[in-house]
Amino acid sequence: MTIAEQILAVHAGKKKVTTGEFVNIKVDLVMAHDLTAGIAIQQFKKTGFGKVFDPAKVVLVMDHYVPNKDVMCATQNIGLRAFAREQGIVFFPEGRGGIEHVILPEKGLVLPGEVVVGADSHTCTYGALGAFSTGMGSTDIAVAMATGEIWMKVPPTIKFVYNGELPPWISGKDLILLTIGRIGVDGALYSAMEFSGEAISQLSMDSRLTMANMAIEAGGKAGICAVDDKTVAYVKERSDRPFTVYEPESDGQYAQVFEFDVTVLEPQVALPHIPENVRPVSAVSDVKIDQAVIGSCTNGRIEDLRTAAQILKGKTIHPDVRCIVIPGSQQVYLDAMHEGLVDIFVAAGAAVSTPTCGPCVGGYMGILGPGEKCIATTNRNFQGRMGSPESEIYLSGPAVAAASALTGVITHPREVM
Amino acid sequence: MIKGKIHKFGANIDTDAIIPSRYANLTVPAELGQHCLEGAAPEFSQQVRPGDIIMATTNFGCGSSREVAPISIKGAGVACVVAKTFARIFFRNAINIALPLLECAEAVDNTDPGDEVQIDLSSGTIRNMTKGKEFAAAAYPDFLRSIIDAGGLIEYTKAKK
Ligand code: SF4
Repeated sequence: MTIAEQILAVHAGKKKVTTGEFVNIKVDLVMAHDLTAGIAIQQFKKTGFGKVFDPAKVVLVMDHYVPNKDVMCATQNIGLRAFAREQGIVFFPEGRGGIEHVILPEKGLVLPGEVVVGADSHTCTYGALGAFSTGMGSTDIAVAMATGEIWMKVPPTIKFVYNGELPPWISGKDLILLTIGRIGVDGALYSAMEFSGEAISQLSMDSRLTMANMAIEAGGKAGICAVDDKTVAYVKERSDRPFTVYEPESDGQYAQVFEFDVTVLEPQVALPHIPENVRPVSAVSDVKIDQAVIGSCTNGRIEDLRTAAQILKGKTIHPDVRCIVIPGSQQVYLDAMHEGLVDIFVAAGAAVSTPTCGPCVGGYMGILGPGEKCIATTNRNFQGRMGSPESEIYLSGPAVAAASALTGVITHPREVM
Repeated sequence: MIKGKIHKFGANIDTDAIIPSRYANLTVPAELGQHCLEGAAPEFSQQVRPGDIIMATTNFGCGSSREVAPISIKGAGVACVVAKTFARIFFRNAINIALPLLECAEAVDNTDPGDEVQIDLSSGTIRNMTKGKEFAAAAYPDFLRSIIDAGGLIEYTKAKK
């Protein structure tokens, strides 16, 4: 069996599962956030269960429209906060957490071999830790909160092998954009993606989380990296709960295998308005930008801020560009302060915000006007996602976003160093 | 039996196009319906009539997990969505709230906007009245059928309790 099948089999209480089979899965963690929890709680109440199956395994993160962006959110959030208190679930309000997919791994809430479901499509992020995690809607999550179980269809697994040594300035974002550019936004529809190869071993955990995060942008149900020493060191630092490591078995059946050579890879950029519209940075270097956003559950981790700071250090952001830096969690924010990164950003003329999804989902903190262009380290460049339907979003890693903030046009980082 | 006019869309209609995030915390289906597909066809919510049918090509509903996407479609009065393929979270969400979806590439390729179409959900038969053609969509697997028959996932779960 593949990694995904082994994890699902164990959680279904079966020896073996096969592709396409419907199984009832016991989950290790259930998550919702301020935008999806409202309906989840409504639906939870309808189930008649009254209490969540295990308060220690249900997480509510306030991250999308908080700190409360308007009266409507503020009103709705009163109900969410009350639910969290009543149920005694794990709760991360403003100032205590950050963006869900940054904080769950960071706080040791997800371990290898576990199954996590979340009312957010980027729940696939935790596959980077060798877990099976996937996004669902609010009704699914309501049922998982009530029963600790959920139905799943066992997905086929597609294997992605990345060979060669990572060139300078290349991070997980470039590998996943390259992949989505190759297979398209439905290239892994309904499937689990398994990332492997020597280039993945070289990637930091932060970069692997970035890759798994965007599995959904290829239509994937999960994006999984095999567990190695880096993974074990990462989770042992954060949790003392026991966990199980699943290696791909030799009889594992893969629906498809894709191979990539990363040796001469250029930083990648996804052009509007779809994440598969990917080009090497040199092909888009004449695009003028109005805004650069560095943050989100894709690239708001400390490695990302270090990369951005390395480029911005001692320099000034282009006068026509608004550069917005959003640490992904309170911990990332603290680390960035202690390492002097915040000083670098502020001195360069960037606006540094408290952890939030902010502009990524078009909530607030950097909405685009008609005709404006933004380079963003986020994961979706759908039309109008960051504001006006007439604005444009270009997706890149933090290195290209920071370099572009300095020059005002989309720029390869080596040109500003 | 479902009977209505076809509204046609292309590939990769994402959930931001179905219901932009600025409306994503509305909860009343009819209100959501007023903004349904605003990002892809701003005039859609004015033109759609109760019982109408959406047809799209591949990967319909890709993007976020927001359940307000299928809720807005239901809220707009749409009776069924037919596509070549659906994004998986959208598919689950629709089943869970009992918005019928059918996968049928042939029907999508052979139907034009404005055509009158009749759908028999129990058999998966899609009949294009305008063109006088009939297509067969893949039947739901038994397991999903049992959720739909129960009236959605909440009812299904309550019945099992
Ligand atoms: S940062 Fe963006 S993609 Fe990530 S959870 Fe928030 S809104 Fe979703």
